[in-house]
Amino acid sequence: MARRSSSGLTDKVEINMTPMIDVVFQLMSFFMCTLKVVSPEGDFDIRMPIAAAAAAAPDDQQVPPVRVKLSAAPDGSLAAIAMNGTPVADFDELRKRIIGLVGADSGPNSLAEKTEVEFDADYALKYVNVVKAITAVSGKIENGQIVELIRKIKFTPPKKG
Amino acid sequence: MARRNGGPSNTEIDMTPMIDMTFQLITFFMFVMNFSEAEQDDRIQLPSSQLAKPAEGVIEKPITLQLTNAGSVIYAGELVAVRDIGAYLEREKTVMIDENREPNSATIIVRADGRAKTGEVQDIIRICQEKGFERFALRAQYDDRR
Repeated sequence: MARRSSSGLTDKVEINMTPMIDVVFQLMSFFMCTLKVVSPEGDFDIRMPIAAAAAAAPDDQQVPPVRVKLSAAPDGSLAAIAMNGTPVADFDELRKRIIGLVGADSGPNSLAEKTEVEFDADYALKYVNVVKAITAVSGKIENGQIVELIRKIKFTPPKKG
Repeated sequence: MARRNGGPSNTEIDMTPMIDMTFQLITFFMFVMNFSEAEQDDRIQLPSSQLAKPAEGVIEKPITLQLTNAGSVIYAGELVAVRDIGAYLEREKTVMIDENREPNSATIIVRADGRAKTGEVQDIIRICQEKGFERFALRAQYDDRR
């Protein structure tokens, strides 16, 4: 009976790798080109119905809003901060004042949850200052954890000038 | 003089390490690839905030309005003047009503440049309010420095 040579068992089977490597490199180039580095972003949620200011009926549960005035210098930088008419030195002090007003408790039905902060910013003020002010009133970092303060935030209507 | 056999010798290159590495690279790129349709325009330099923690849930069908430093709005990849976004929002509103959704249930994501004027952000919010939108998400870059 005809038998193959026993050396056939150790024969090296050559696989043509070229097409696979081609495809693999193409896949790699595709992924490299479509790679988009997305930086983590977060939101400050604001609920502002148009008629809220006019239609809101006063009720016992409602706490008067805290008015934060942000004044701009001619170049758009922050010139002054005032909370309910009293000047505030910086955003850290604003946070301390807010904590002093609503207390450190931010749980359900707390004063912090009920209180609303209304920002009255100058038209030309750079938006970065508003985000800093929102950050100052809406919470603080304690032992690496976010402690929420004010959750209701609104803006006064824009005043061009 | 002794000479090596200079004929067409079959020089075998061991491809295994290269293929291993290439597959690892492909796996890496596949994992880091972002399939989410988050609208992030490089023209916008978002202000950063420690409290702007990335949301865990996904906002359903948001409308993203990006305000540039120069005061124009990038809406669906198009540059639009702030006063003209009302027409685009009207179109969004019509689509939403066709889908039996109320405009006040939709969230408007405002990605405004930190150098933009606050008044322009307020103008955008006012125009959106006039069209019946009332939920806004002011977007900021998450700053994890403690």
